[in-house]
Formats: sequence, C-alpha cells, structure tokens
Amino acid sequence: MTEAVSSYWVDLAYLVTGVLFILGLRYLSSPATARLGNRVAAAGMLVGLLATLIGTGIVSWWIIVAGMVLGTAIGLFSALRVKMTAMPQMVALFNGAGGGAAALVSTAEFLSQYRAGISYDQGIAIALSAIIGCLSFSGSIIAFLKLQELMTGRPITYPGQQVVNAFVLLVILGAAVAIIARQGVLPPMAGYAVQSSALAFVGMLAFALILGVLFVLPIGGADMPVVISLLNSFTGLAVALTGIALGNNVLIISGALVGASGTLLTILMGKAMNRSLTNVLFGAFGAVKTSAAAGAGGPQNVRSATLDDVATMLAYAGQVVVVPGYGMAVAQAQHSVKKLADELEKRGVAVKYAIHPVAGRMPGHMNVLLAEANVPYPALYDMEDINPEFPQTDVALVIGANDVTNPAARNVESSPIYGMPILDVDRANNVVVLKRSMRSGFAGIDNPLYELPNCVMLFGDAKSSVDGLVTAVKGA
Amino acid sequence: MPHLVAELTVFILAVFVGFEVISKVPTTLHTPLMSATNAIHGIVLVGALLVAGVAYPPLGAVFSLIAVTLATINVVGGFAVTERMLQMFKARAPAKK
Repeated sequence: MTEAVSSYWVDLAYLVTGVLFILGLRYLSSPATARLGNRVAAAGMLVGLLATLIGTGIVSWWIIVAGMVLGTAIGLFSALRVKMTAMPQMVALFNGAGGGAAALVSTAEFLSQYRAGISYDQGIAIALSAIIGCLSFSGSIIAFLKLQELMTGRPITYPGQQVVNAFVLLVILGAAVAIIARQGVLPPMAGYAVQSSALAFVGMLAFALILGVLFVLPIGGADMPVVISLLNSFTGLAVALTGIALGNNVLIISGALVGASGTLLTILMGKAMNRSLTNVLFGAFGAVKTSAAAGAGGPQNVRSATLDDVATMLAYAGQVVVVPGYGMAVAQAQHSVKKLADELEKRGVAVKYAIHPVAGRMPGHMNVLLAEANVPYPALYDMEDINPEFPQTDVALVIGANDVTNPAARNVESSPIYGMPILDVDRANNVVVLKRSMRSGFAGIDNPLYELPNCVMLFGDAKSSVDGLVTAVKGA
Repeated sequence: MPHLVAELTVFILAVFVGFEVISKVPTTLHTPLMSATNAIHGIVLVGALLVAGVAYPPLGAVFSLIAVTLATINVVGGFAVTERMLQMFKARAPAKK
C-alpha cells in the first residue's frame, strides 16, 4: 500500500507483532508453555491489527467494520461449536479462508494499480500470491469435503490426470507472464487494453482455483494430514508474497514463518510414513485399484471374539497397550476408552497408549482426543518408544486403527504402504481389534494382521464395544 | 531493485527462524501448532484492512469486503480453536522432561 501513511510507529508495532509471533511459536513447541504461546501470538496479532486500524490513514470504514463483525461472528461460532473430532477439517477451512483472503487482497491491489502500470517486481508478487492463495483456498475446501465425508475419501484418478494438471498450470503461468509483461510495456493503459488485462487476471484466478481442486482430488483421505499441512504452508507463502506486493514487512515475516513451519511439519509427517512428498502428492496410492482388486476376497480366516472373552483377557493382563485410530474419533469413543483404562488400572493392569504419528487424520489428532478425555499425558507413547514394548505386552487393543498396524508395510514389498513405519502390534501376545466391519482402511488395502493366530476381532461401533467392555471388565 | 532485495532478505531470514523455532516440537503438539500457525497467517487481515481502507471502485470494494471477512474468520477462528485444543492439555501437562 504505497499511499498509506507508513509511519514510524506503525512499523515499530509491526516489529513487535513479528517478535511476538516468533516467541509464540517457540512457546508452542513445549507442552508446558503451549497455551501461553497461543496467547502471545494472539497478542501479537492484536498489536498489528490495532496499529493498522489507528495508524495507516484509513478513510473508508464501512467495509472494515462490516467484514470484521461478520468474520468474527462466523469464526467464533464455528470454532466454539466444532467437535474435537472435526478439528482437522475446521483447520482446513480456516486455512482456506486465509488463502482466499491473500488472493483477494492481491487482486484488489492489482485492480487499483494496473491502470497506472505495475513494476515487474510487484507484478510477480501480486500474480504469485493470487495464484497460490486461490490454490490453497480451493484445495482446502476439497480437503474439508473429503474429511467431512461429503465426498469420497478415496483418491479420484483418471487417465491423463498429470497431463491435465500440467496443462492447467501452464495456462496459469502463461496468463501471469502475459499480464506482467504487458504491465511493464504498456503503462498507462486505457480502453480495450485495460479491460483485457483485468479479464486475463480474473481468468488466471479461475484456473488457479481449478488447479487447487485437481491437485487434492487424487490424494486419498489417509494422506490428508500431509495435505493440510502443505496447504497451510502454501497460505503462509501466499501471505508473504502479498506482503511483498504491498511492501508490508509484517506480512512477509509472518507468512514466511508459517510457510517454513508448515513445510517442516509436512516433511516430518512424510518421514513418519517413510514416503517422499512427491510420492504423497503424485503417487496418490496409485496402486489402490489393483491391490483392492487383488485382495477383493478380503481376509478369510479371521476369528471374532465376544465381549466377555476380551474382557477376561484384559482384566487378567499385566500390560495393555491401547492403539487408537480414526475409528475411535468417528465413534467419539475416547471417554469410554478412558473409563475402560480406569477400570483396568483399578485391577492393577498397566495401561499405555501407542500413538502412531499419522493415526487419525492429522498429526497429534489422537493426542488431542485423549487429552479431551483426561488421559494423563505421560501415558501416551510415541511409536519409537512403544514398539520395543509390544513383545512384553499381553494385549494390544486396537481401536479403529487399521493401516498404521498393517504388518504388510514391513514385509510385503508389493504393498502400497510398504516401508511405512507401523506399530508392531502383531508382536504382542494377543491382539484385539475393534472394528466396525471387515472393510479395509483408508489406504484401501487388506490387513494380514487380522488373520494372525494371536489376533481376534470385536466387531461393532467402537464406542458401544468399549462401553460393553467396561461393564464386562467390572464383572470379570 | 533494492526495495525487492530488502523484502527478500526479510523473507529468507524469517524462513530460517520459522524452521529453527519449531524444529523440536513433540508429536503431541503438532495439531495445536498447525492450528496456531494457521491463525498466524491470518495476519493477511492487515493487508485486507489496508486495501479496504482506501475504498476502491465497486469491484475492489466487493473483493476487499470478502477479503476482510475471510481473513477475520481465519484470525478469530484460528486462535479460538487453538485455545480450545490447548485447554485440554491444561492441568495435566506437568512437562514430561
């Protein structure tokens, strides 16, 4: 915003905002100070916003008041109403809102300046932030729809998909180059040239929105954590570019912080799954169709157990390891799980929780749910810490987790998830799997775990099964 | 353009800070951290305010109204949701050190 009064005090306030964001992130990386971190970051946001409202010579207030009142109402309402289980898709939506906002700010900046001509530097920043913002917006909405199960979580693929995506990308970049080049050559413009430049810009945005959709469609629900994290860093990048377009440091700093941390999270998650980012984004579990067809018969020799069988097994165990997954989230079974653990601990059974890095639909998803149910923090174990314990574990209780326990990842080279680190539940003395049906997990592949001699199945909704176990253990 | 170079400098340095500052985060905090960084990029609201504040012609006004609304959703919703998540760690987080 060149014409805004970029005063000394406003810039100083922006510096404070940047520092508070960095401190906030630092505090957020430790459990003891995480809440403080969030508040410090929020305080930073407040400082930046107040400085902007007071110090930048705003002349038109109605849009700002209307937008902020509306946005606060919607944001607060949805944040307070959303169930803990639906948190990932909520974050996806908020992320999409940010991406959309970045794209619109750049677009408004373009519309206000292009008649007078825009420098190459600014033109590139405007075009890139608009493109990436749009991509993040529509991509996040698809991620939301997949997680909310408003559309299939399966990868959607068709022949020539990569070619189509590449073509759309080329169209976008071509339009961007044309618009920027023309800005450099033809200022000031009038008449036809003005109209066509604006139209080209809008067309470019439309294609960027389409690319966002195409980009997420072929990615399966199991990979959504990675996608949300990646889109989060995209939005950060878009915001930083918007900052370059407006010459605003606080946007550049904050956007870069988020872009970097989002990328780091994405890499960490990829590592946990032993898959490169390219594989997640473009591999799209490509083998799904063939492997699903190959294993169409499904596991044959599974044994199902009754509540009382399982209750007895649990009640007289020395150590039980609970392995929660998305099924627990869907069934809202975390409170019942906690009750079961309490009941077992009363009988002297040691209860631990094994958290796979990508269990659920988001990193840390299971931690949040179990924390909601008052499960003590030290009882939660990361994969590397709990895996050596399975051989000394009497019962591994798998609640609605599937792919993260699939031993095929260890030894079946043809499996699409081959090489992904898993929880070694098959090494426990007994494995009890709570599952709604024999349907395969999000990766769409069979789990040979279920056919092992030390494994029994307990079919049914996770919550009612666990509730049943609580009662049965009391009587055992 | 020295202007662009100055901006790139800030950008690149902030990227390094971003990597450094969260590189030791435990898995437990991944979701809240993602949610908080999500709220932080709501700072684009500053940009939306600047653009909305100077009252562009009709199309620009519509765009900036939507931009302010979306960015506010991002900020308010983002911090509120993170606060809710972290509330669950309260009282029982005697730091596993």
